[in-house]
Amino acid sequence: MSQVPAPDLARLRARYPQIFDRPASARLATPAMVLLALGVFVFGLVDLDFSPTRFILGLRELGWITSMMLPPDPGSSFPVYLRALGETLSIALLGTTLAAVMALPISLLAARNIVPEVLRFPVRRLLDSIRGIDTLIWALVWINVVGLGPFAGVLAIAVSDFGAFGKLFSEAIEAADHREVEGIRASGGNALHEIRFGLMPQVLPVIAGQVLYFIESNTRSATIIGIVGAGGIGLQLAEQIRVLEWQKVSFLILMILVAVAAIDWISGRLRFAIIGRRAVA
Amino acid sequence: MTSAVSILPSQRLAELKGAYRKAVVRKRLRFALAAALFFVALALAGVGAEVNLRTFFTHFGNFVSYFDRILKLDDGAWVWTNIGEWLWGWSKWLKLLGETLLISYVGTLIGAVFAFALNFLAAENTSPARWPCFIVRRLLEFARTVPSIVFALVFVIAFGLGPMAGVFAIAIHSTGALGKLFSEVVENADMKPVEGVRSTGASWVSCMRFAMLPQVIAGYASYALLRFEINVREASVMGFVGAGGIGQELVVAIRKFYYSDVSAILLAIIVTVFIIDIGTGWLRGRLFGKDARK
Repeated sequence: MSQVPAPDLARLRARYPQIFDRPASARLATPAMVLLALGVFVFGLVDLDFSPTRFILGLRELGWITSMMLPPDPGSSFPVYLRALGETLSIALLGTTLAAVMALPISLLAARNIVPEVLRFPVRRLLDSIRGIDTLIWALVWINVVGLGPFAGVLAIAVSDFGAFGKLFSEAIEAADHREVEGIRASGGNALHEIRFGLMPQVLPVIAGQVLYFIESNTRSATIIGIVGAGGIGLQLAEQIRVLEWQKVSFLILMILVAVAAIDWISGRLRFAIIGRRAVA
Repeated sequence: MTSAVSILPSQRLAELKGAYRKAVVRKRLRFALAAALFFVALALAGVGAEVNLRTFFTHFGNFVSYFDRILKLDDGAWVWTNIGEWLWGWSKWLKLLGETLLISYVGTLIGAVFAFALNFLAAENTSPARWPCFIVRRLLEFARTVPSIVFALVFVIAFGLGPMAGVFAIAIHSTGALGKLFSEVVENADMKPVEGVRSTGASWVSCMRFAMLPQVIAGYASYALLRFEINVREASVMGFVGAGGIGQELVVAIRKFYYSDVSAILLAIIVTVFIIDIGTGWLRGRLFGKDARK
């Protein structure tokens, strides 16, 4: 058997100085970052009034609450909850559709390959600002306008998703392949033909996938906007938590889990049907 | 010059055209059916959500004028004519914003640590057996499906009012979301290094530490930063249910119609979210190269 010659350490060292003699700044960077992260963490714990006694007392309380939650039981209000769940699903569907319809024209104004930068920049910033505000805050604003109830929830989801869709759609338009549009133009199509036959077939499946995904995620958002009074199952949930009816609370949470899983499944199937298995990831 | 396109015999042509037309008709029919179904669902949803277009149109002016109102001071002047008056509570608000950031930071870190501890069990390729994979996955699913504000509502009762409840709510939700993303990173990783380490007789823990971790740590950090960004937004509304941060101040201002305060606090939140977005984007770019930026 051949023997492996002993490595010539001195030569290796001379050849790869960046591996053997890393500068102190490179060696210390990681520990310094970890230390900084830990420092901020500890400062946060102190500043946010964390205390072991509160933690342990809270855990005991939480254990008690959990034991009170079992078994889940709606009492006599199951029909009311079912109605509220239907309201939640309606809010999600309507809000998302409304947002998509509003965002489609605006997204053209935010796409680099359609409008000049001068116009694109303010539109982009506007969309960013809308997205920066949480759905719950929009719900509070709309309650001031159309009153308490699910309609305020629809409008809140529509506005906050409008910001997200505007950005996503415009990115889909920017990512579209230019050659297909050129092909249409080469065969004698006008500008409208270019958009209809060159751009839309590329962009629409992407948009449809995103809209379906948002209906899914908005089912989750729609469950909580009731907490501020904008209708849906969140209203029931917040009420039951406040009056400490833990069995009803756990039942409502179960209902939400089941509904979200069902919507996930349906929209997953639809997305497969629209854009094919590969693109869903 | 003869035409480059050869024309098929008319009988064959008619056959092909017929088949094409049939295919198009079938496609259109399916589309029309789907559209009809969609509109029926929409109409049902409209009834379910008590859509009232009359209220909407009579009060829509209120929505527009709301922004007019929040941009005016009590004496009717535009807010930017008297910045000092508009941002009168800046020291209090800055402190609350700092608290919001801390809530999301501490919550994200706790969530990331738990997700890190659980994700190797949740990934199909590294889980030591089938049952921990199944159990951990269901747990993570539960943690991310229940909205964080619901956790906050319950925790406020258990831990008392204050940021502690908000931190735990965000931590649990982040555990669920990050646990799933982390385990997907692990599932996409190369298994050959793991086999190499195992062939030296290493334990499961050593396999994860020396073969898996170096591959996935960059992905983890990137996702955790992204989660931090999302959590800043979430933490800004934790105060709505009494779980700390700037939300408390905002909900009071909205409900009591302190109009100029609403715009000031919203401005503060938007600016903070911008800064955090840009900051984490920059950090991701520095740490993982341009590709990781989104």
